[in-house]
Amino acid sequence: MTAPLLEVDDLAIAYRMGDHEQRVVHGVSFHVAPGEVVALVGESGSGKTTTAQAVLGLLAGNGRIERGAIRLSGTDIAGWSQRRLDAIRGAVVSLIPQDPGSSLNPVRTVGSQLAEVMQIHKRGDRKAIRTRVLDLLTRVGLMPAEMRARQYPHELSGGMRQRVLIAIAVALKPKLIIADEPTSALDVTVQRRILDLIDELRRENGTSVLLVTHDLGVAADRADRLVVLQGGRIQEQGPVKDVLAAPASAYTRRLLSDAPSLAKPRLRRSVGGDATDLAIEVDGLTQDFPIAGGGAKTFRALDGLSFKVRRGTTHAVVGESGSGKTTAARSIVGFLKPTAGRILVDGMDVTTLRGEALRRFRRHIQLVYQNPFGSLDPRQTVFHIVEEPLLNFEPIAAADRARKVRDMIGRVGLPEAFLTRHPRGLSGGQRQRVAIARALVLGPRVLVLDEAVSALDVTVQAQILALLDELQGTLGLTYLFVSHDLAVVQQISDTVSVIHKGRQVDGGPVERVFARPDSDYTRDLIEAIPGRGMPVLASNPDSRAGFI
Amino acid sequence: MIRYILGRVGQALAVLVVTFTAAFVLLQALPGDAIMIKFMSPEMGLSAEQVAEIRASYGADLPIWEQYLKTVGNFLSGNFGYSIQAGVPVRHQLAVNLPPTLQLAGLAFLAAVLLTVVLAAMSNMVGMGRLRGALQSLPSLFISIPVFWLGIMLIQIFSFQLGLVSVISPGPVEKLVLPVATLAIPISAPLAQVLMRNIDEVLAQPFVAVARAKGASRSWVLWRHVARNAVLPTLTIAGILFGELLAGAVVTEAVFGLSGLGGLTYQAVNNHDTAVLQAIVVISAFAFVTINLVVDLLYPVVDPRLGHRVATTT
Repeated sequence: MTAPLLEVDDLAIAYRMGDHEQRVVHGVSFHVAPGEVVALVGESGSGKTTTAQAVLGLLAGNGRIERGAIRLSGTDIAGWSQRRLDAIRGAVVSLIPQDPGSSLNPVRTVGSQLAEVMQIHKRGDRKAIRTRVLDLLTRVGLMPAEMRARQYPHELSGGMRQRVLIAIAVALKPKLIIADEPTSALDVTVQRRILDLIDELRRENGTSVLLVTHDLGVAADRADRLVVLQGGRIQEQGPVKDVLAAPASAYTRRLLSDAPSLAKPRLRRSVGGDATDLAIEVDGLTQDFPIAGGGAKTFRALDGLSFKVRRGTTHAVVGESGSGKTTAARSIVGFLKPTAGRILVDGMDVTTLRGEALRRFRRHIQLVYQNPFGSLDPRQTVFHIVEEPLLNFEPIAAADRARKVRDMIGRVGLPEAFLTRHPRGLSGGQRQRVAIARALVLGPRVLVLDEAVSALDVTVQAQILALLDELQGTLGLTYLFVSHDLAVVQQISDTVSVIHKGRQVDGGPVERVFARPDSDYTRDLIEAIPGRGMPVLASNPDSRAGFI
Repeated sequence: MIRYILGRVGQALAVLVVTFTAAFVLLQALPGDAIMIKFMSPEMGLSAEQVAEIRASYGADLPIWEQYLKTVGNFLSGNFGYSIQAGVPVRHQLAVNLPPTLQLAGLAFLAAVLLTVVLAAMSNMVGMGRLRGALQSLPSLFISIPVFWLGIMLIQIFSFQLGLVSVISPGPVEKLVLPVATLAIPISAPLAQVLMRNIDEVLAQPFVAVARAKGASRSWVLWRHVARNAVLPTLTIAGILFGELLAGAVVTEAVFGLSGLGGLTYQAVNNHDTAVLQAIVVISAFAFVTINLVVDLLYPVVDPRLGHRVATTT
């Protein structure tokens, strides 16, 4: 066996919280061989990012390595000063960060930010650096490089920004790249291209990669070995194929079963009843937005979207960012006046409702947002958050309100003790349960879920999806599920509309669309779902790998 | 871009017109007038007809709107009218009193910016320690000091106790040291507070971590990445604080016995010398509007995102 490039040995890390220290990483040991890709997999709070930050020597200000060694080519760098670490960061170990949106300085050109890493490590004169910048931009597919170098981050898309960050990470041909959730903020098709690029470049230079990810699918596709972390401890590690084929720990098994891209499609209840009993009917929905400063010019965000949703079923609207899916959700809830088209919800034409009628209509349809952190007022208690919608409609006695709130909190699976808590004392999954309770307390018939599970860890996501399924059964709800995540959509919905640049490119029952997509775009989307090559799928005859 | 600039200049002009009109109306509405105060006193021994004649010669007998139009016309041609009390053109009074005030305010503004940058840089250079805490609490201390008290204390300490700066017949530079400090310290406080908070916010941005991961040292990151991002909101505050500076200059001039716009304002208010007051208000507004116009125009230069938005929205 070759000597490992990176050896993390019994690493323990603690954060100072006020006057005590909270240990978040408990004696973690693993190694990365030269040229190898090792994935650190875990959910939020598992300590995977903290571990990766420690390898770079970039723990947050209140973090401290308590014990253990981080050996890079045999030298322990755990105790090095920042000044010594500056010499190896960027040159020997580099970083591809999580969020390309905020990982580039907004007031400097991308060319200057790429040149910077060479200036810091004094590699060549101005002219040499300039040539190298253009070469690198070309290499990561940003062309024409001359023009791209002069652009500012806001002039590039998310995927292009991530390419710039990759160029920065590989500029000095480091031995190790730490890729911290490098694609979790990107659309699936972009994600695949970015991961392919990282793969190519690392092969070219023989670089090792420590891939930090919450997505088992991504890890399965891209890594040689897996290290599964939970609560700051290693649950298991080993070659990807072995871990996936025969997970040793219960936690890994649960992660595998909860990962939507790996699970087999859930068997939906067959929907009985009247096929003409429609909860939502959208016909030729078109939405134009004026282009700022463009005079009479408009941008068509949605172009003739049409679908029908039977009562008690789930319809998914799928698309990547900018596809118009959120615009569709907002029009259907009545927040936007469509340019053209008709929207019937429970037989009411949303597009003609005004004033009081529109307000009344909102009782029938409620919206659950993506971000469980931003959509709850941090100063209200859970009780007040769930009670508030009731206060907006006809007055009912305080005792009745309290009963309704209590009932709803129970239905979403939260203990009553939570009623007096504030959002900051809740986890992401618990917050999303509160948001669902708030949406349901008025007794709506239709729930619009705008990326409602996208910000959650897979196991929590699986729980929320199960909750939604159960509520649909007991309350006879109709869901409109807006998402970018095809894997989740396949699990939860009966019918689907795939939209691309405002146009519906595919639509119909989920099985049909996934098995025989009409458009190349849908086929692309399905192929880009990470984890398709996982051995579990290959060995599982009734998995969806069979019909893709 | 040109439309952005024209828009900003237009806004600035609109503010000037409104200020001019408001000042004119308010000054006219004041009870009593300068001619009465000066010429109706018994020592003058003037008859009612003679006073009326004087009033007519100043144009004070015309209807308000006619006086307004006349004043507008005069201001546009650079004629600020006559000071009734001093009996000289306002322009002459301004020629004497404006330069020292501008000098004081300008120097104080520079000093305040310098003090702000030094405070912010020091508090971020020293690392965590107790010194950082002390430096960061300085702005709150500065902001709670009234200008007149600060001036008196500075004189007490630096002139009378330590004898460092003479306040009795000082040299031309020496004369300005304490007034500039008096004016700069309270102005620097909110600036430093905003700048320090912005630096902390920018330091928490992911792109700072990315820069550190490139191998950039703390000071490299601070100067090349943080500074320009943190300075943006500070610019706005600086523009607004300029108004404070003019008000502070009046008090400071009084404390240090300097001649300038402060003394002129004080006299004019006492004597209801509306022409002088009108000129002072308009000049102050002009200075304020100009500074904020400069800030507005600097914004797209410092932040390319704004330049972009400007280019697409116009």
